[in-house]
Amino acid sequence: MLKYIFREVSRGFSPGLRRFSDVKVTENVAESPAFPHLIEQASLYLHWPYCLRRCTYCNFNKYIPKEDNEDIMAKCLQRETETLLQLSQVSCITSVFFGGGTPSLAHPSTIAKILETVSNQVYLSDEAEVTLEVNPTPVGMSKLKDFHFAGVNRFSIGVQSLQDEHLKSLGRDHSSLEALQTLEEARRLCPGGVSVDIMFGRPEQTIESWSNELSEMLRVCDDHVSLYQLTLERGTQLFKQVHCGQVTMPTEEMTAEMYRCARKTLQQHGFQQYEVSNFAKNNSQSRHNLSYWKGKQYIGVGPGAHGRFVPLGEGGAAREARTQTLEPDVWIREVQQRGHGTRRRIQLGHLELLGEVLVMGMRMTKGINHKHWELFNPELGLHEIFGASPVVQELLQSGQLILDDRGLRCSWDGLALLDSILPILLLELDKQSFPKAAS
Amino acid sequence: MSYSRVKHLCDTALLGRVLQFKVCRRKMPGYNMSYRVLRPRWMKCLPVLSSSFRSLSTQPAKDGVDLSKFPVDKIRNFCIIAHIDHGKSTLADRLLEMTGAIAKTEKNKQVLDKLQVERERGITVKAQTASLFYSHDRQEYLLNLIDTPGHVDFSYEVSRSLSACQGVLLIIDANQGIQAQTVANFYLAFEAQLTIIPVINKIDLKNADPERVESQIEKVFDIPREECIRISAKLGTNVETVLQAVVERIPPPAGSIDDPFKALVFDSNFDHYRGVVANIAVFGGRVKKGDKIVSAYLCKTYEVNELGLLRPEEHPTQKLFAGQVGYIVAGMKDVKEAQIGDTLYHQEQPVEAHPGFKPAKAMVFAGMYPMDQSEYPALRSAIERLTLNDSSVTVQRDSSLALGAGWRLGFLGLLHMEVFNQRLEQEYNASVIVTAPTVPYKAVLSSAKLIKEHGSEELTIVNPAQFPDRSVVSEYLEPMVLGTILAPETHTGKIMSLCLSRRAVQKNMVYIDDQRVMMKYLFPLNEIVVDFYDLLKSLSSGYASFDYENAGYQTADLIKMDILLNGRPVEELTTIVHRDRAYSTGKAMCERLKESIPRQMFEIAVQAAIGSKVIARETIKAYRKNVLAKCYGGDITRKMKLLKKQADGKKKMRRIGNVEVPKDAFISVLKRKEK
Repeated sequence: MLKYIFREVSRGFSPGLRRFSDVKVTENVAESPAFPHLIEQASLYLHWPYCLRRCTYCNFNKYIPKEDNEDIMAKCLQRETETLLQLSQVSCITSVFFGGGTPSLAHPSTIAKILETVSNQVYLSDEAEVTLEVNPTPVGMSKLKDFHFAGVNRFSIGVQSLQDEHLKSLGRDHSSLEALQTLEEARRLCPGGVSVDIMFGRPEQTIESWSNELSEMLRVCDDHVSLYQLTLERGTQLFKQVHCGQVTMPTEEMTAEMYRCARKTLQQHGFQQYEVSNFAKNNSQSRHNLSYWKGKQYIGVGPGAHGRFVPLGEGGAAREARTQTLEPDVWIREVQQRGHGTRRRIQLGHLELLGEVLVMGMRMTKGINHKHWELFNPELGLHEIFGASPVVQELLQSGQLILDDRGLRCSWDGLALLDSILPILLLELDKQSFPKAAS
Repeated sequence: MSYSRVKHLCDTALLGRVLQFKVCRRKMPGYNMSYRVLRPRWMKCLPVLSSSFRSLSTQPAKDGVDLSKFPVDKIRNFCIIAHIDHGKSTLADRLLEMTGAIAKTEKNKQVLDKLQVERERGITVKAQTASLFYSHDRQEYLLNLIDTPGHVDFSYEVSRSLSACQGVLLIIDANQGIQAQTVANFYLAFEAQLTIIPVINKIDLKNADPERVESQIEKVFDIPREECIRISAKLGTNVETVLQAVVERIPPPAGSIDDPFKALVFDSNFDHYRGVVANIAVFGGRVKKGDKIVSAYLCKTYEVNELGLLRPEEHPTQKLFAGQVGYIVAGMKDVKEAQIGDTLYHQEQPVEAHPGFKPAKAMVFAGMYPMDQSEYPALRSAIERLTLNDSSVTVQRDSSLALGAGWRLGFLGLLHMEVFNQRLEQEYNASVIVTAPTVPYKAVLSSAKLIKEHGSEELTIVNPAQFPDRSVVSEYLEPMVLGTILAPETHTGKIMSLCLSRRAVQKNMVYIDDQRVMMKYLFPLNEIVVDFYDLLKSLSSGYASFDYENAGYQTADLIKMDILLNGRPVEELTTIVHRDRAYSTGKAMCERLKESIPRQMFEIAVQAAIGSKVIARETIKAYRKNVLAKCYGGDITRKMKLLKKQADGKKKMRRIGNVEVPKDAFISVLKRKEK
């Protein structure tokens, strides 16, 4: 059943097929007052739905493949990419992200074909960030070179933990040694372009063991670290284990301490936090993820993928929240029949869009600057919306929130409490946008 | 029933009531009259439900019931009384099935428990009525069954049900045997001089021991064991015998068809289409459609538009005759026109009005406020309608600085209050804030100026927010009750310490037999309103019973205690408390608040204070981390929905300073502890 992974890598394609043109890519739309850039470009997310096994904590949209259908999958991903690019009418894709599932299970030629499809249709700069999520298994590692050759210039490696017994209990299919080897290979291929995912708040984890693990990780990692707190999701095996008392999770106090300690350690090692769970040095932030937090358009391709863009190709004028069909088999059939598997389209009202811009933007340490906000809401500035509210004033006075000449953002302490701050801000946004309805 | 028989029972039985008092009262001249003539049955149905009944009632009765063929001697009025969960609702279902009132299906579970809250909590709150047709010895009988509530809070309802009957089925669980409520209910029936048919239920249970229960009945109630009927209501075993016993043993009601028409309103509800639907018991004569009747209370004349039986749905008939019970629609537009206890008579033949039912004893007073002042009118009409169906609730207008206009309602107990609240929410979609339960205190004013201002020297304090300062008061008074406790001797030690901890003073203590003790205590009413009953029952395994009577007011060292959140007083939690109880009450309230206020971004100090002096404190720690670790371009719709919900939830919270307090926090501070 794993035969497609071992299939000889086809080298009959060129990585340099991207269309060159003299269009200048605007890297940061928010910095630009030109509104049209918002709808002229987008980032692209591709979802590879398959995994070899189910991790005990994961409730993501993923499937254990029954048969080798890679060729069909590849064709469908290309087809849907074509359709949605056409629909969005964007002229430029600023970044590509292959996520999953386990996209490193895909054949490198599949990745190459998809990138080729994009380049054939719109502008995709040679410099554009192309990220692939990698499971640090020997098989995954052996393919990194070919992925790189296919056009991937950034690897996000799901190390999760450097403790073998934890990896085992989480249901991961790699060891810490394999993770270290994969990391080394990735760094060799893309120096400065490798991110590690590491997880805290795991069952039986202590603050001390986490601290040691993080130090070890810092010795071997590249310039980017994503820090995740394990969240207990309904329907996972871990959820059941915790509920029957087989497994105990660290307390809220402990995970708060783990988070605090990690932020500090990373800072001491030269890593700058730029988002709730992302840290980078040497300017290696994930451009792709930043574009989500900055409220830019993105196109989601593949089973269960989400997108946010204006379907200009149909004459649409408002941004839509779009979701693709979840089950791979059904999605494949739909793509084959009508070119795409979009299951749900919801037009975002202006207030909803602003809500998303707020919720996503506040996750960044830099928060939302005035220009960025003005791009979406030229009528009412941040000061006007939030400045007068007594509840927001309390947050400003307690030092959790900052509203100044630069814009609106959380303080270091405030960022850890973002989910308590956001409802307050959303309520204010609501009140100020519809003062009559709220009173 | 003679005085000596009662006395004899005093010596042998488990007593649930204050017998001396009750016996004397029964000997009052004229009092027995009301027992003999009252035979209401009553039904509680929701306005919502009654409108759906309407579709049924507008159809002509297919079987064309001719009620004239049921003279009083073919009528039996009875009810079922039992300790909680001994199976009265199940037996009622079987009786309804056997007499064809409802179809026999698997689904007939607690047909008479109509309220959502009743089904959810497995209790009967409102008593219900069903008329059953039953053939016995080739004779057709009309049996009026009144289902009764089982919880102590509703014992007033039980007594009203009883006064409508000539007999009762006393259900006792074949496994559990006689319980406290069984005894209390028995005495209610016994004092009302009703025929008591003991029914031992659940004989199908593995641990059933009907012999043991029969000897208990013989010993405690002095009823020969031969009179007991052993049944399984669940399986239907022997239920036919129960029906036969109802006909053979229970006497028919008094009253004659030839008397002038006279009926008692014993219940009423409101229907959007027809107005007030009053439930009546006909004590004499007859009434038919088109008759002009008069309400003795209002002296207003109405024309009868519709009348009929309750089976348990409304079932229109042409006439109602003496001894029968049913419903009547007579163009009453306002719920206040159908006062429970009122007498109806023919326009041409005025009769002497019945003495009204005794008013319910409100034990717990609490403020009720709409969540939002704009909901005030809706809540007012909801409370009006609910109180019409539940006359045991007393209503007084009130207002609070923090919560605006509202009411101070009097309830029989905390369960009663919770049930009322739940019904408001479920049936009228009204959300309410309920304040701490209190009793009415008094303050004797010292300054002549204030006395002049208030118009009297004594000021009754219904709302703790109005508690006058010590400096203008010469003394405070609190309501007292004389409580009577009956319990097995083995529990007396524990009960005595409980009473002492409640500031009670022992008045006397008598062994009524070699095992049971009767104790009398003078209690401050405040000490028994919340959880005394529960504690007493749990420390005596349910065998202690308790009743009380008012004993006037007494001087008390009362103080006002504030509850502070980060230094700001929470007005709705202000409590008047005896100085000796301030610390324990304050501590308990702080603990409850700590449990029910969610953590926030900052530390919250929960304090109880008297004046400027803090006497108890709890701390709610600040959230240290509350942020979703992962959020990319995936399903942010879900995340947005969650945040939106939280934002909407904030709108419903009460803000005290910078602290957000969910409505539930108020209720959980007031609520009795979960068992």
